[in-house]
Amino acid sequence: MRYLPLQPADRQAMLGVIGAGSVDDLFVDVPAAARLSGPVPGLPMHQTEQQVERQLSQLARMNQAAGDQPFFLGAGAYRHHVPASVDHIIQRGEFLTSYTPYQPEIAQGTLQALFEFQTQVARLFGCDVANASMYDGSTACWEAIVMARRITRRGKAILSGGLHPHYVSVCTTMAKFTGDVLETSTPRLEGTAEMEMARLIAAIDSETSCVVVQNPGILGRVADLSELAEACHAKGALLIAVVTEPVSLGLIKSPGEMGADIVVGEGQSLGVGLNFGGPYVGLFACSDKHVRQMPGRLAGETVDADGQRGFVLTLSTREQHIRREKATSNICTNSGLCALAFTVHMTLLGEKGLRELAQLNHALAVEAADTLAKVPGVTVMDGAFFNEFTLTLPKEARPVVRHMAEKGVLGGVSLGRLYPGVKALENGLVVAVTETTTREDVAALAAALEEALA
Amino acid sequence: MTINQSGWRPEAPVQGGPDAAPTYTGNKALMLEEPLLFEIGGSDRTGVDLPEAPKVKSRLGGLERLKPIELPGLTEPEAVRHYTRLSRQNYAIDLGLFPLGSCTMKHNPRLNEKMARLPGFADLHPLTPVDGTQGALALIHLVAEWLKTLTNMPGIAMSPKAGAHGELCGLLAIRAAHEAKGDARKIILVPESAHGTNPATAAFAGYAVKGIPATGDGRVDLEALKAALSPEVAGVMITNPNTCGLFERDMIAICEAVHGIGGYVYCDGANFNAIVGRVRPGDLGVDAMHINLHKTFSTPHGGGGPGSGPVVFSQALAPYAPLPFVEKHDDRYVLVEEETVAAEGHSDAFGRMVAFHGQMGMFVRAAAYMMSHGADGLKQVSEDAVLSANYILRSLEDTLDAPFAASGPCMHEAIFSDAGFAEGFSTLDVAKGLIDEGFHPMTMYFPLVVHGAMLIEPTETESKAALDQFIGALRHVAGKAKAGDAALKAAPVHAPRRRLDETAAARKPVLVWKEPVQARAAE
Repeated sequence: MRYLPLQPADRQAMLGVIGAGSVDDLFVDVPAAARLSGPVPGLPMHQTEQQVERQLSQLARMNQAAGDQPFFLGAGAYRHHVPASVDHIIQRGEFLTSYTPYQPEIAQGTLQALFEFQTQVARLFGCDVANASMYDGSTACWEAIVMARRITRRGKAILSGGLHPHYVSVCTTMAKFTGDVLETSTPRLEGTAEMEMARLIAAIDSETSCVVVQNPGILGRVADLSELAEACHAKGALLIAVVTEPVSLGLIKSPGEMGADIVVGEGQSLGVGLNFGGPYVGLFACSDKHVRQMPGRLAGETVDADGQRGFVLTLSTREQHIRREKATSNICTNSGLCALAFTVHMTLLGEKGLRELAQLNHALAVEAADTLAKVPGVTVMDGAFFNEFTLTLPKEARPVVRHMAEKGVLGGVSLGRLYPGVKALENGLVVAVTETTTREDVAALAAALEEALA
Repeated sequence: MTINQSGWRPEAPVQGGPDAAPTYTGNKALMLEEPLLFEIGGSDRTGVDLPEAPKVKSRLGGLERLKPIELPGLTEPEAVRHYTRLSRQNYAIDLGLFPLGSCTMKHNPRLNEKMARLPGFADLHPLTPVDGTQGALALIHLVAEWLKTLTNMPGIAMSPKAGAHGELCGLLAIRAAHEAKGDARKIILVPESAHGTNPATAAFAGYAVKGIPATGDGRVDLEALKAALSPEVAGVMITNPNTCGLFERDMIAICEAVHGIGGYVYCDGANFNAIVGRVRPGDLGVDAMHINLHKTFSTPHGGGGPGSGPVVFSQALAPYAPLPFVEKHDDRYVLVEEETVAAEGHSDAFGRMVAFHGQMGMFVRAAAYMMSHGADGLKQVSEDAVLSANYILRSLEDTLDAPFAASGPCMHEAIFSDAGFAEGFSTLDVAKGLIDEGFHPMTMYFPLVVHGAMLIEPTETESKAALDQFIGALRHVAGKAKAGDAALKAAPVHAPRRRLDETAAARKPVLVWKEPVQARAAE
């Protein structure tokens, strides 16, 4: 077995030191009824590297990879070009095969990278501080609601209709068990971002711990959150902003700038790749005054015995390994390597690259929206958007998406997939456009739509 | 002929150590200092070339970001050097034995990495129409079947993102099962030796936590457990093998007792690597167990994640497993999401824990690992892991206090205490001494039931020579702690940093970089 260094003679010698006759003697504490006499039945035996590679490659080939055809899927996961050096860095064994930096003297690489990550995320979101990552955007969103409950000591959260339906689903699942009250709604194809803001403002009352709003929203709409933030603060509630497309913040005002108290997000767009939904990286930022209520790990600056600058994990009295059942969260392992990928990609972009990338995404999306608006029967939603927008088709979108996929165009995410059974949304198609999208791709989508709708 | 033709030979030691020869740069040959990105980057500097954006009329609704974001960039050569230099300040499995008990730092096969990067997996959008994801769903199904077979448990949730998230999944299934019977139980029993995530998870799931003491031999006190059982108890969370590295001999009796009061048994599967391929937790009576793919199935820890924590369920809890999941209908794989739940007879599913479908990238790596080992190789994995830990235990019990040496063989990890160290010397000192010897220290001060605990898990991917060198190094460092060698208090002296002031870091937290005030004033 290529992964096991001990040789038969080593095993014999080691058993001798231990004073055991055979390795079975080391498993004597397992109840006899649960001891297996041989390998677990029903599974294949070991295989060579080549055999495994052949089988897994075969499974991989059965999938419609994004890069294989015109591609317009978004809705919380975006295809961006990741510079080759990002993957090179995260595959360095010193990063890939290290652990959570509990021994800071020999983990400065990870710790400094996390400190850079925290600073980048805080600046991107317009907040004072950010943590060292969460699992993903959806779980970060729930943790933010729990944090708002702790801060305000109120138990009702209002979730915007523009919040990703999977995020809503995660929160409602958790709230069922914790007793938090969530007010949820579905987005409206005909509405505008302003109407949704007005509705949310009207819903805030003295029981409200927080309002959760995604920007850009699930339909792609971009909203000004400033008035909503003021309304929240006037009633003693917090504004939680959710960002599922961080590239948008190269072009649009940050949630922090607009008054959000906690900003969470999905960092997958930068450095991570689609990966069929995971692993991704949850982003979590807030103001200085709330930092001790934050979940997750934090890297902080300090000095060593010689007075040299260094970094450590800090404020761990919030965390499960110290505080146990009184911890701010049960999170332990987070998404360290994905956070590193995010940071390396962000470093390669820099402010100049991020702004250019965002501008490119927006411009291509605007062009695409104009092209698709010309397809007979298709209307593009009103209002502001970044790199994603919603089309209303003259018929149910889900079969149209399947039909186009069979013809080799991955034309978007149907709202029927995201909101099964919601009649008012079934004709909606969410289309994402990034720097990876070409004009030929857009023409192919227009043609495929026209053909499917004919 | 000698390779060294310069004629220099090491005779007398050269005067002065590394500190006697300070360098201009602060570097020490291959030990390279590296500033922060914010001190070397520039906001006009970039490592990407992008085409010019077409000129369009903005549709941002007047929400343009006008103020500087203050995100410095680096060109590619600078960025690669910056992060490569940082990487060299990390210890890693690729560099040496990484004996963190309970964390299972085993070799990460590179085939796993290659497979996870196949475009069919890595460049696949989670909302691609299911006909275009049959290979991905087949892969998830394959891993699920392996895990169910290895544990002999019929149900599974693949979506939890890490171990603690899997714990939460298991407890929510337990709550859902009780609530389906109209039974609102409020208490979860957790042994004192449990990992901190156990009580934190129980609280996060809305339960009150009650501790169960251990017996002197390091195992759950069965009588105390039985005495704590009541109709208010929803279940217990037990780690097996436990955090003292011992197999819970009474596991079957524990499960029977808990089932007797209508409760469920949650097993923390963090230590499944000790028994994988040899013992199936379903045969012990467990109702739910998470499996850290980043431990037992070798997916990389990456400096703190991503993990992956699928949960297997008994027949009693299987119906409550969360969405989404994959089912095989004849030759076709179906992704069971919200809309199909009622139709497919999964109306008891307790909800959804994550956006999309879980840690696909980790599933691919785990699949490569399982297929490479096979049932026979996995059995060898647990045997070698247990053999190596016992070898360490018996090789060092004459030097270090092994509180459970008489409790039978250990499983995948060996535990020692700080008894016998000289006055003023602690486990921390030994850990820092090991750093100077070129090893990552063991897990320190956990579990809490052993004073100054040192929990050592060598894993199965170490050679005997590597184990012997580690044993020798620990014997040497422990000797200093017992003898009260003052030099040990200064360790580490050879690492990129000396001991870091964690108290100062927490007292006045600096969590993001800010431009020094002086530099700002000078502008």
